[in-house]
Amino acid sequence: MEEFTWRVGGPQGGGIETAATLFARAVGKGGWWVATKREYHSNIMGRHSYLDVRLARKPVQAFRERVDFLVALDGETLARHLGEVREGGVVLYDPKVLELTLHKLPMLDHRVAEDLAKRLGQADPSLKEVLQAYAEAGVQPLPYPFEAVADRIGEALGVPSLKARRTLNTIAVAASLHLLSYPLEPLLQALALQFRGEVLELNRKVAEAVYREEAPRLPFRLEVLGPAPGRIYLTGAQAAALGKLAGGLRFQTYYPISPATDESVFLEAHTHLPGADVAVVQTEDEIAAVNMAVGAALAGAKAATATSGPGFSLMAEGLGFAGMIEAPLVVTLYQRGGPSTGLPTRTEQGDLMFAIRGGHGEYPRLVLASGDILDAFLDAQKALAWAWRYQTVVVHLLDKFLASLAQSLPKEALKVLSLDGEKRLSPREGFGPYQRYAPGEDGLSPFIPIGTPGGFYWMTSDEHDPLGHITEDVELRELQMEKRMEKLELARKEIPLEDQYTLFRDGEVLVLGWGTVKGTLLEALDHLEGVGYLHLRLLWPFPRIAPLLEGKTLVTVEHNYSGQLADLVQQETLKRVHHRVVKYNGRPITLEEAVEALKAVREGRAPERLVLRKGV
Amino acid sequence: MLELKLADYKAEKQPDWCPGCGDYGILSALQMALFELKRDPSQTAVFSGIGCSAKTPHYLNVYGVHTLHGRVLPVAQGAKLANPHLTVVAVGGDGDGLGIGAGHFVAAGRRNVDMLYILYDNEVYGLTKGQAGPTLGLGEKTKSLPKPNPQSRLNPLLLAFAAGYTWIARGYAYDVKGLKELIKEGIEHRGLAFLHVLQPCPTYNDLHTKEWFAPRLYKLQEEGYDPHVPAGLSPEELDRKMMLFQEKALEWGERIPVGVFWKAELPTFEARLKAYLPRYPEAYPARGPEAPLDLEGLLQEFAL
Repeated sequence: MEEFTWRVGGPQGGGIETAATLFARAVGKGGWWVATKREYHSNIMGRHSYLDVRLARKPVQAFRERVDFLVALDGETLARHLGEVREGGVVLYDPKVLELTLHKLPMLDHRVAEDLAKRLGQADPSLKEVLQAYAEAGVQPLPYPFEAVADRIGEALGVPSLKARRTLNTIAVAASLHLLSYPLEPLLQALALQFRGEVLELNRKVAEAVYREEAPRLPFRLEVLGPAPGRIYLTGAQAAALGKLAGGLRFQTYYPISPATDESVFLEAHTHLPGADVAVVQTEDEIAAVNMAVGAALAGAKAATATSGPGFSLMAEGLGFAGMIEAPLVVTLYQRGGPSTGLPTRTEQGDLMFAIRGGHGEYPRLVLASGDILDAFLDAQKALAWAWRYQTVVVHLLDKFLASLAQSLPKEALKVLSLDGEKRLSPREGFGPYQRYAPGEDGLSPFIPIGTPGGFYWMTSDEHDPLGHITEDVELRELQMEKRMEKLELARKEIPLEDQYTLFRDGEVLVLGWGTVKGTLLEALDHLEGVGYLHLRLLWPFPRIAPLLEGKTLVTVEHNYSGQLADLVQQETLKRVHHRVVKYNGRPITLEEAVEALKAVREGRAPERLVLRKGV
Repeated sequence: MLELKLADYKAEKQPDWCPGCGDYGILSALQMALFELKRDPSQTAVFSGIGCSAKTPHYLNVYGVHTLHGRVLPVAQGAKLANPHLTVVAVGGDGDGLGIGAGHFVAAGRRNVDMLYILYDNEVYGLTKGQAGPTLGLGEKTKSLPKPNPQSRLNPLLLAFAAGYTWIARGYAYDVKGLKELIKEGIEHRGLAFLHVLQPCPTYNDLHTKEWFAPRLYKLQEEGYDPHVPAGLSPEELDRKMMLFQEKALEWGERIPVGVFWKAELPTFEARLKAYLPRYPEAYPARGPEAPLDLEGLLQEFAL
């Protein structure tokens, strides 16, 4: 097998997350590269959630439309996902759910139930009938009584049923791997990473018991590729948090919001480790979060806040304040489906224009976007360094897909970058005001943290003179406005081109993308000829890419409705974007969607605007 | 540190407040308090919100940060937490602190960061020409209002108490000496101190003028009121203290008390931070850790 997708679905809080991690680690131990995508509802417990683990012989980040192996831990998973199992693929399910009819699944969306009912030509079909219909279409049903197996193993081990059933996730993973003729040992190693003590012992025994059960032979098997030392497996939010630590973060504020909060919680959980001294403050709202971070920065601490769309909206005024008083500040913005509360747990790239333009008046800000987990780690360091170099706001864009995406990476790829360039004033003797806002030779004046001995100065959100006093004088206004805004030109000049964009491949059809479409588009290129990909890393100040676009058929691919990157490219390069491929249903673009859309462009049969609609 | 004179604490910039404004008194009292406490200007920061009162930092020779409307407390807390050695004073008007900034006012009380917040209360939004502030009473009509105020008065002392401020006092803008003493005590208090300053607005508030206040004000401490709430008080004793506080905080009209209402000893937020950041006292955020980041150690939990 070259690659494989394993999906597990069930109720939120029912252990499916652990199941996916176990599966990913077990196959990762055997040398496979893995990527895990997580889809969940805005709900604590009970609503449908699922994860895809995709494994391949080389690193992957894209996800397929069809899965090879579906594990349904409840009836709803069958109803929602049978249609996404490929022909010849397998579905592992507990036969006790088959008697349920669609109307007995309280959390199933009416639209999904109606589509299925229509397909089967019945008002309220049972899951047995649904399964049968898909079996006729080529899906292989494999009944597996998860709970009965748990009870039986529990009984043999002398463990009460309630406790034994807590190992359903391990049973599901062990059963899957056993059916795939994959050895037990890597799973036992994965269990040892996941659990401790008595729980580990129980799960280990359960896995061994599952492997002793008879398993039907499948037409495909998963082999061990070989040892894979030095790899790690982590999420985008964890990578961003680690990147902030590597970049010297000392102060982080946040207000709870999906999907940004994981990052702050991770930081708070690790403050005891050497060098990870970060004061993490949960504030009363995002307004306080941004302003408290500004206050900490003014006192000389590398400070940041992390949020998602609604929180970023509340921060708009505080960002302008930081821009006005030239405070170094990083905002990590985890985009999710908008507008308003929108789709709190689904992905979108709808905040590009807002990140660049949001707020009243004009101030310099840098906006960078991460395309994958490694980028998230490196970009978090760059964001902090740039905030201090240019003494202004840096918005680091990620999204829900990347935040919850988990991927295996070679550990050595996580490099601590040596980025410097911050211009600070050394303390002096004596007593008197500093000219904080007197323009320096390169437009940057030295940053002077509050508490720097020898003097003091003023900062104000009003327009100000070099000392920081309020002024409405025309010349001083022009001077300060120019001093601030010229930092953008300086940044564009100083930031290495490889940090601004990457031309992964050139082609007559040139695809432009930013953020988390990167992995999908890079893999799509393997299936396309004559198509190139230009990935934008720095979105503001916008890189000078016009010469690269000359004479090409230009296509943007992004997760929003209007094609915000396309607008930006047209505005900044005066080149017309010929096709906008967009998706805004909250689900990441699949590999097949990307390939099909770009083929259509290449063959001249794509409309100007192409909407992608796949997803569950 | 250099020997500084009182005048050294005053900036060259001239205040642009209206003649007779209470802000002058508060500015003088703050300047005198910093001088008498011998605070190093380079280790002192005065933060403000937006409004007339918010110009205060510009007139003092210390680090001055004139922030956004209502946001003075988050910014000031951020700076203090980043460098706990700073002397931090936050100032703002009643609209700034109890209107647009009310959420921050309450949340700050829950943290008890070691700093002083001075609220200049003239019951009106002066800089936008006299709209009703959150402390103006229901039905009251200043000369700047077209109609009587349809919203009722918020009691800053009770709100500060409910929120958890550990030092609560009230002063009067024209009693500069008394105010100076309160400011000194508030700065020296370990924890979040709240100083409510009654301040006539000669331009827009013709109800509560200097003449109106003068005969009504009296000093709590001269009548033997003891604000001190020592740690380990019995529940009954604490109840009695709270009742007394409430009685005095609600007193308004014929007699209006000024002085210290409440003084409790509770761990500061800086001390609480130590619980999960053991090295905080030495490796506070503005200073950073002694040890380099152990990335290798951090990555162990992600081993595949």
